[in-house]
Amino acid sequence: MITGSIAAIGAGLAAIGAGLGIGRIGGSAMDGIARQPEAASKIQTAMLIAAAFVEAVALFAVVVALMGNG
Amino acid sequence: MDCSHVFEFKVKRLIVVFTLFLAFFSVTPAAFAQVDTAQVTEGSHAQPAAEKKFDIGKFALHHIADSHSWHVIGHTYIDLPVILYTKAGVVNFSSADFTTLEDGKVVRDDEAKVVVEQKGQRFVKMHEKIYYASDVANEHGQFVTLDEKHHATNARPLDLSMTKNVVTLFLSIIIILAVFLSVAKGYRTNKGKSPKGIQSWMEPIILFVRDDIAIPNLGHKYERFMPYLLTVFFFIWFNNMLGLVPFLPGGANLTGNIAVTMILALATFCLTVFNGNKYYWKHIFMPDVPWWMYVVMVPVELFGIFTKPIALMIRLFANITAGHILVLSLICLVFVFNSLYIAPISIAFAVFIGGIELLVAFIQAFIFTILSALFIGMAIDDHH
Repeated sequence: MITGSIAAIGAGLAAIGAGLGIGRIGGSAMDGIARQPEAASKIQTAMLIAAAFVEAVALFAVVVALMGNG
Repeated sequence: MDCSHVFEFKVKRLIVVFTLFLAFFSVTPAAFAQVDTAQVTEGSHAQPAAEKKFDIGKFALHHIADSHSWHVIGHTYIDLPVILYTKAGVVNFSSADFTTLEDGKVVRDDEAKVVVEQKGQRFVKMHEKIYYASDVANEHGQFVTLDEKHHATNARPLDLSMTKNVVTLFLSIIIILAVFLSVAKGYRTNKGKSPKGIQSWMEPIILFVRDDIAIPNLGHKYERFMPYLLTVFFFIWFNNMLGLVPFLPGGANLTGNIAVTMILALATFCLTVFNGNKYYWKHIFMPDVPWWMYVVMVPVELFGIFTKPIALMIRLFANITAGHILVLSLICLVFVFNSLYIAPISIAFAVFIGGIELLVAFIQAFIFTILSALFIGMAIDDHH
């Protein structure tokens, strides 16, 4: 029998969501840089900010999952 | 003797580095394991030491938590002062008092078994938290009452101790002061000349904060907020990197402590609220929407004032904590599989993650600073 907390599944789901989101952001930033290499630094800054917002949601989920676990 | 020929080949050097890593990490957890088994066998848990499974979660959480003593290596600890504000005023003693001698060996107590008496009050330490001791010990010899989840229910004094995090905080203040006072001195002595020494290393970073963080988000009013943004950026960055050092000057998890990140986020919150102009508050309380939308808009916008700094707080805390847990878990693979042959793999992964963590240390400092600038910029923006 498997024992443990269902919180781990929640953390995993959050990771999937964040992975999809950050993947899209990174991919689109790559597209943008390939089209317009001279705007690379601006695109990178915007990319990092957007990635931080996506990541924050995932981290909220992980924190909630950890709290539910403990 | 000249040993430089040993380091001639890159592969050999790599092996030396791995061996050193292995030597370092094999000493520390082994010491913990010994103490743990000692406690288990002496307690009434009738569980043989061999059957005790290694618990990664407990180990990792123990290592990222704050503590009253600073583990150096093996059985060597630096005991930090305990300062308590109790019913009878301020009480202070050394955390070395929470130890017992057993067979000539010092056993450090973290299970509320050793009682310290000061000013007629009795204290015990359990899981790095200090409680008022119960009058009699429970069946495990602990001077606390436990609830069903094994958390102590005793009252706690207000703990103002110099813990590991507090010491690290002062240490990082000294480092940051030393660096920036010398940089500032450089600007005075080299006026009109090119920068020298550490000054030429810091100047691009300071300019990066000004040109890529402050000016795009704050516009022409950026100068007022530069001191705050630079302080917060370098404080977070230095402490992130200090947290990645596994031995003495580092090792504490300061930016992965939610209280520290809360104060940083609180500073941004105060700056946003007190610098908010009438356009900012109008946008919150009287947005340009039909009046019946206010029922939804105003609570959401009010809520937004608080969620932004809370997101800042959680983001920094969770990123740094997650990084530390990741590195510790990879190192712990050796003890989970209980085999030395797994060590090269786990060390290689830990070094790789360590490299990524260096990047994360910078990115998180950058993100915190740029989002602070963004929120302040939204509050002081005057063309709506």
